[in-house]
Amino acid sequence: MTNADPSDTTVIEISQLTTRFGEHVVHAGIDLQVRQAEIFALVGGSGSGKSTLLREMILLQQPESGSIKILDVELENITDVAALALRQRWGVMFQHGGLFGSLTIKENIGLPLREHTGLDDALIDEIAAWKLALTGLKPEVGAQYPAELSGGMMKRASLARALALDPELLFLDEPTAGLDPESADEIDQLIRKLRDLFGLTVIIITHDLDLLWQLADRVAVLADGKVQGVGSMSQLAEQTHPAIRKFFDGPRGRAVQQQAAAQIHAPTGMR
Amino acid sequence: MTSRLWPTSKKPLPTAAAITQPTPQELALTGSWTARGIAAVDRQFEAFSRPSGSTLLIDGTNIEALDTAGAWIVQKLLFRLRKNSVVVEIRGLRPAFARLLELIGQEIGDQPAAPSPAEPPGKLENLGRSSAALLEQSLALLAFIGECTVALGRSLANPARLRWRPILFNIRSAGFDALPIVGLLSFLLGVVVAYQGADQLRQYGANIFVADLVGLSMLREFAPLITAIIVAGRSGSAYAAQIGTMAVTEEIDAMRTIGIAPLEMLVLPKIIALLIALPLLTVFADVLGVFGGMLMARAQLAVSYAEFLDRFVKNVSVTAYLIGIGKAPIFAAIIVTIGCFQGFRTHGGADSVGRQTTRSVVQSIFLVIVADALFSVAFSALDL
Repeated sequence: MTNADPSDTTVIEISQLTTRFGEHVVHAGIDLQVRQAEIFALVGGSGSGKSTLLREMILLQQPESGSIKILDVELENITDVAALALRQRWGVMFQHGGLFGSLTIKENIGLPLREHTGLDDALIDEIAAWKLALTGLKPEVGAQYPAELSGGMMKRASLARALALDPELLFLDEPTAGLDPESADEIDQLIRKLRDLFGLTVIIITHDLDLLWQLADRVAVLADGKVQGVGSMSQLAEQTHPAIRKFFDGPRGRAVQQQAAAQIHAPTGMR
Repeated sequence: MTSRLWPTSKKPLPTAAAITQPTPQELALTGSWTARGIAAVDRQFEAFSRPSGSTLLIDGTNIEALDTAGAWIVQKLLFRLRKNSVVVEIRGLRPAFARLLELIGQEIGDQPAAPSPAEPPGKLENLGRSSAALLEQSLALLAFIGECTVALGRSLANPARLRWRPILFNIRSAGFDALPIVGLLSFLLGVVVAYQGADQLRQYGANIFVADLVGLSMLREFAPLITAIIVAGRSGSAYAAQIGTMAVTEEIDAMRTIGIAPLEMLVLPKIIALLIALPLLTVFADVLGVFGGMLMARAQLAVSYAEFLDRFVKNVSVTAYLIGIGKAPIFAAIIVTIGCFQGFRTHGGADSVGRQTTRSVVQSIFLVIVADALFSVAFSALDL
């Protein structure tokens, strides 16, 4: 595995984060650091609060206490102006796409450019068409509406929109869920290409074991409101916490592990 | 953007992208070439040209930032110039920028021409298409009414199959919860009718006829109509939105695969509930409307309550009351059918839900008024 721009700059810093829904404690003191240009995966069982953590990072939800610092901006008490500026520096791909049903795919992708830059419509259309091609969609798709697309195409279109403003940070919620293996592989490669090319930092929420082994530089396992372990998959493989073992024991976990061991030797080599 | 936004940021402020041309053979690019800063230089680029066969040196040493939008416009210029057989050389780019530029360059040359937008259809074609759509919708509506009737017949033949819980729930939400707004509006309508009539009647000293005026108009026409219109706006839209959202989220399909007929689950309870609730609401509207007229009669025409009621009982026939109530079930059937029909026709996304909901309200109010007009014609032919 190659890391194009090895850097120790921290782009996301979460410390002592707690979140509560009524009586239910979702996060009980989470500490996490994400470094620049790494592909960082967030895993955990259903209800472990990974989606909530993502929502808190992208300013859709407020934690109860603790601090989140993204690109050196503290999210607590952030001003509207600063929030707007920050939002233009990241791209988010939602699990179900989050594409606007009333706009064509091309308009969806061009929307951030139209909103935040003064570029000509023709240029925006060209850039949107290129981003569309970058994510592996055919040019005809640009004229279609989200409702006409399959699930996999929606994901790609959503990724293209997330990339519209060339963000520094990319948040992906289940990028490969519901995709056929070939499309999932292509998404994998695309994410790595983007990271290598732009030095993009990618935060992924996923259950996809293949993706974890093949793509993630580091993985954080969330369980019981805490981070139970952070490291590359092979580092995590040596840990004994039950929440972590879930990803390695069991038929699926073992199969992927063997496959990964056969394909790439020790993905820890990059550090 | 000001520096105060990122107090801890180590990056210096980005400077705007700019082009300078120290000599005719040389272009120097400076500043940050990102989507936010290149609008102006893009137009400069568009206007830039070099005679064919000449050379051009592009100096990128002072480019501070480059994103795909920036790389795109640079490559577009290169592509245009090279096609014009200008020899272009770029130097001084940072390695990362050069790689990005190269990546874009691979794409830009063989970018497929955007599919040309289809010719806008002519007037005749438009007319044909909308006629066909209208015909298709009418046929679908007819089919839907048929399906509902069959389902209703089957359920009535076998009442144990009826889902009483949703029926009662719908009676509450479409009927009971609508009492305040229906009552208030028909009361005001009664006031208005009496008030408007008062002037005319006073001129002829026919004050007492206000009871006939208010009684007949409210009982026969206004109460059923205003009730139906309120319920169409209140509940018809809710039916369309509910069923439409369920169609979008595949809940209807799920229902079918589990072996529940969506019509029985979603439509029948609403039809039965509104067939019960709308006549009752109409009675309530009758009472409040006449009460409003009675108040106004006393205030404006000095007709006491006793006189008003006396005249009302003598001159407003039971037929008028029954005709008004009799229309209500028909209106109820129209509202539920149109609301549910438009809901089931939803496909696609949130946009479609909104469109179908609007359609359901417009069409059901339209059809309620058309039905009312037809009733008037029929009743006058029957001398009722």
